[in-house]
Amino acid sequence: MTSGIGLKDATAIVGIGQTAFAKQLPDDEKTLACRAVLAALDDAGIAPGEVDALASYTMEDTDEVELAKAVGFGDLTHFSKVGYGGGGSCATVAHLAAAIATGQATVGVAWRSRKRGSGPRPWSNTTVQLPTPAQWTRPYGLLRPVDEIAMLTRRYMHEFGATRDHLFNVALACRNRANQNPAAIMYERPLTREMYMTSRWISEPLCLFDNCLETDGALACVVVSAERARDCRRTPVYVHSAAQGLPAQHHGMVNYWNDDPLTGPAWTAARHLWKHADLTPQDVDVAQIYDAFTALIPLSLEGYGFCGRGEGGAFTEQGALEIGGRLPVNTGGGGLSEAYVHGFNLITEGVKQLRGTSTAQVPGAATCLVTAGEGVPTSALLLRS
Amino acid sequence: MLSPVTDADGAPFWEYARRGELRVQACASCGEPRFPPRPCCPHCQSFASEWRRVSGHGRIWSYVVPHPPLLPDYAEQAPYNVVVVELAEAPRIRLVGNLVAEAGARLGSVPPERIRIGARVQVVFTEGGLPQWVLERS
Repeated sequence: MTSGIGLKDATAIVGIGQTAFAKQLPDDEKTLACRAVLAALDDAGIAPGEVDALASYTMEDTDEVELAKAVGFGDLTHFSKVGYGGGGSCATVAHLAAAIATGQATVGVAWRSRKRGSGPRPWSNTTVQLPTPAQWTRPYGLLRPVDEIAMLTRRYMHEFGATRDHLFNVALACRNRANQNPAAIMYERPLTREMYMTSRWISEPLCLFDNCLETDGALACVVVSAERARDCRRTPVYVHSAAQGLPAQHHGMVNYWNDDPLTGPAWTAARHLWKHADLTPQDVDVAQIYDAFTALIPLSLEGYGFCGRGEGGAFTEQGALEIGGRLPVNTGGGGLSEAYVHGFNLITEGVKQLRGTSTAQVPGAATCLVTAGEGVPTSALLLRS
Repeated sequence: MLSPVTDADGAPFWEYARRGELRVQACASCGEPRFPPRPCCPHCQSFASEWRRVSGHGRIWSYVVPHPPLLPDYAEQAPYNVVVVELAEAPRIRLVGNLVAEAGARLGSVPPERIRIGARVQVVFTEGGLPQWVLERS
């Protein structure tokens, strides 16, 4: 038992909201942010004027001032932003939970709004790249996140015998869940092994279907104390444990310069997450695992302790990731097949599972792991009903 | 093509490369090499560093073959390879680069099917001082 004020079950997510997801939405990012936030507050039954804390990503372009004055928040006493793109998703909720548990605020909203479907690809802007580590990679044509992760994927396949079929298992599980989810971009688009194996390369060994979608959309959630949550209209989903992870000598997606590049931030976040939890990986009913690329799922399965080192590929066999399998994942379709909004839809899907309202409901789900991006400084949440 | 946008820590690497020398930063106090270069040593916290010349021999640790969409100059050469090479003297020092048929050759000048993890390679330099890699003759 650790000393001091704990986070365990001290706060709960009591509201979730989202816009439509599409390749192109007419609203701008600020408007989408407002819509998602107001939908989440309406779901919670909490008035905007009661909000006193915000958390989002450093890559979020709608700032606190714009959001607060548009939707009519009250006086804000805590606001934070988390870096490293999709690695910050779960940390937004974790920061709100910490603020509320320590009395810095009472009603927190986390959100992400992004027009990545119709807007520019970040990697195509060569002027905003920081010189470190871009000077060591980009002149050689290692330009995109997919190239950087494909490099680790090739090495992972070489060291541990993971195969393209394992990556296909990941893509298929996400697609199958999207086919059950009317809000998913890929709702009406089944995936076959034939389609996967014959699709075009993006960066060998990763093909088109190993890459997440490019989506316009926004999502939000509302966090309050456990005490307040009992009076809200929805079943509270408790933040049982939360963690961020930046390992020693980690280098982000170009993690090529340490002793063990294939042991990434997930391992660091997981150690803290489980240390502060009453649960073990065996107790997790369903998981929402960050899937900007299929290969991040086997790595995360290892990092969060669902299998041993190098066993992440084999873990995906025999329908393990499907409903009824050892560990159903990304039950809304994930970033690969529902929407890619920097992983925020994984948080809201985790809440839906623990409310019993997912479109691909895991019967009796009472615990859900949600993770942020592996391969960058990351974060994770262990949610329970 | 993108030129290296250097910073104060990385500038010496590129200055040596323009002279055809492959050097990596090492701690002048405890001797540990480190990459990418940075202001102080993560092992002993010393701010004293030196640039140690290495043989330029290494092995391919991993590689990718990018396909479009890419920046125009790279799309024009795609599919090409990008390799990560572990240096013979310091396997934890891994350099990103391209495996080419000869110094200055196009990025895609070695067919992907000729590339394998573990292959021995040797550094060469373009006229502009960019390190590249060629397969060692066995």
